Amino acid sequence: MNGERVPTPGRHYINIAYGVKSWLLTTDHKRIALLYLATVTLFFFLGGAFAVLIRLELITPPGDMVQSETYNKFFTMHGVIMVFFFLIPSIPAVLGNFLVPMMVGARDLAFPRLNLLSWYVFVIGGAFTLTAVVSGGVDTGWTFYTPYSSTYSNTHVIATALGVFITGFSSILTGLNFIVTIHKMRAPGLTWFRLPLFIWSLYATSLIIILGTPVVAITILLVGAERLFHIGIFDPRLGGDPLLFQHLFWFYSHPAVYIMILPGMGVVSELISCFSRKRVFGYRFVAFSSVAIAALGFLVWGHHMFVSGQSVYAGMIFSLLSFLVAIPSAIKVFNWTATLYRGSIHYDTPMLYAFGFIGLFTIGGLTGLFLATLAVDVHVHDTYFIVAHFHYIMVGGMVMAYMGGLHFWWPKMTGCTYPEGWAKLSALIIFVGFNLTFFPQFILGYLGMPRRYHAYPEEFQVLNVMSSAGASILGVGYLIPMVYFLWSLKYGKAAAANPWGATGLEWQTPSPPPQENFEETPVVVSEAYNYSSPALSGPART
Amino acid sequence: MGAHGAPPGTQGFPLGHHFDDPAQQTESSTFGMWVFLATEVLFFGGLFTAYAVYRSAYPHAFAEASRHLDVTLGTINTAVLIGSSLTMAMAVHAAQVGRRAGQVGYLLMTLALGSVFLAIKGVEYAHKHHEHLIPGPGFRFEGPEAPHAQIFFALYFMMTGMHALHMVIGLGLLGVLAARARMGRFTAVYNSPIEITGLYWHFVDIVWIFLFPLLYLIGLHA
Repeated sequence: MNGERVPTPGRHYINIAYGVKSWLLTTDHKRIALLYLATVTLFFFLGGAFAVLIRLELITPPGDMVQSETYNKFFTMHGVIMVFFFLIPSIPAVLGNFLVPMMVGARDLAFPRLNLLSWYVFVIGGAFTLTAVVSGGVDTGWTFYTPYSSTYSNTHVIATALGVFITGFSSILTGLNFIVTIHKMRAPGLTWFRLPLFIWSLYATSLIIILGTPVVAITILLVGAERLFHIGIFDPRLGGDPLLFQHLFWFYSHPAVYIMILPGMGVVSELISCFSRKRVFGYRFVAFSSVAIAALGFLVWGHHMFVSGQSVYAGMIFSLLSFLVAIPSAIKVFNWTATLYRGSIHYDTPMLYAFGFIGLFTIGGLTGLFLATLAVDVHVHDTYFIVAHFHYIMVGGMVMAYMGGLHFWWPKMTGCTYPEGWAKLSALIIFVGFNLTFFPQFILGYLGMPRRYHAYPEEFQVLNVMSSAGASILGVGYLIPMVYFLWSLKYGKAAAANPWGATGLEWQTPSPPPQENFEETPVVVSEAYNYSSPALSGPART
Repeated sequence: MGAHGAPPGTQGFPLGHHFDDPAQQTESSTFGMWVFLATEVLFFGGLFTAYAVYRSAYPHAFAEASRHLDVTLGTINTAVLIGSSLTMAMAVHAAQVGRRAGQVGYLLMTLALGSVFLAIKGVEYAHKHHEHLIPGPGFRFEGPEAPHAQIFFALYFMMTGMHALHMVIGLGLLGVLAARARMGRFTAVYNSPIEITGLYWHFVDIVWIFLFPLLYLIGLHA
């Protein structure tokens, strides 16, 4: 961090008011971001605990730790919690809430009270799901496939699904708030093509949220009605079509994958540019590729149903469309790489995470092409190959970006500096642990080990033990930041206003920012990522 | 920062601390409602998709089941709802010209018409209950296509039920607006709550315009 000393302002958004009420009734987007941070962190470690149980069971071939029914609940709760209560809200609701108004030069989101409401809705939805966990769990898998979920499962499907349903409205409120804010609240001079790419990616994410989430909401209601009253919508004995559920579910849940990864791509664009001290190569291509991913994302849901009895012609078209998603994704990866070229690269912690993202996302994305290929998908469908693929995107991509973003903006959010040495060490541990956990799963899946079983043939044990060992390393990697972030709040050095020498309006205000973000409304006169400006000095070498 | 002097001519406008001027706040509210309505379209869209799938799979059962709906009551309700959209539009107009009595009167008329709609819907639901047409263990329907007719009625109750839920929420909003209009909160410069509630109300109305033919009229000429 550079030595420029910015005196901490007397009043900022954290010390302007004290007490539980000042947090629970706040409408300040920055405080709501911190509320979300605490909540999703809790869910992350809870979901992680179920992952620990899964990996423990899979150390040995026979199902000797738990019964298969219990194991079904483990992976279901892991999936439900991680997807709906961590991955979807993490970057938008934490970093997005904090940064969208600041990056567009506004004093708050357009609808501050709706923003607070979204957090309460999230907590209520989480409470329903946690109730289901405590009272015995649910075993349908996070996908709630019918007719198992609607007719046969004897677990707490309704409570869990209701939790997911309610939480959906919290994302809708956040997405709506972002869209209106980005359209209507930009500072003078901040045209669309001067916006940071993080804003573009969250804009695309918000489009998916508001158009996709309501569909899964109504689908969940239909499952609930089917389960309660046996109305026949998804029951083939009564003329219903279980495949209709899959269509409706994946119409949301495939785009939801992009809800999870697009914000991560936005973070990485910021990091790559700042730590190579260059403007992002091909800004408009990167910006529009976010929108293209959002649009194409709505047209590929059928690739989840290649072996579900969908027409083979539909399968071919969905296969083709799925390949198309690779184009905007590759544009991003190539443009980030081109940004690095001849850049003045700084290896600070956020940049390490950005590097991790690019490599792991590339592996995850390319294996996605294997799965979009009809014939290959028939071979690896429902195997560990799929599990490895989406964990490379979700954990290797999205969680890496989230961690990178959290480190990058931590000084801004809290006014405290985290210890760089520990942070680099844990980034390395996470990278090693992640690959050791999930790379063997590609091989396991290719060799034919199906997902969602608690027992497996003995010849798969070595790879499974590697995976479990990797998971324990990964777990340590996630605990260390938890400790030093909390430590930094009390003992960390006070952060400068712009410790990384970054462009972007959020760095032109003190750390932590005053309640209304800026002393006076900023006026924007240049493009984003103007790193050639002599006014900026880069992060000091540590 | 924070204290923004109200520009001349906009006194009485409750400007949020984070907005620069009344125009920005009004545009944001209106745009926010449009975005919300986009969400709503997709919400009902899921049900319309299910309807389309099953109607094309079981056209005869759907036509047969549709004949058990009361076309007369459905038609009356359609007229009532279109009338309520008219009074809602009049309320928005009264707000724009700042006529308080007009706002209160038209909002209450809209509220009354919406209540009439729900009352008639309630009567229809009661009839279905008597005729054992509510899906579930108590469902009775003559003929071999009984399960498929049950799917029709499941969709009928989900779709009209979701629509009615939106009506109930709308009535609540109208009640609050009428009370606030009576207190003189809305003026020619500040009336976006009435305007965006109007958008919502018209949307709910349009949903019914699709539901009515799809549910009530498909069996008429079979």
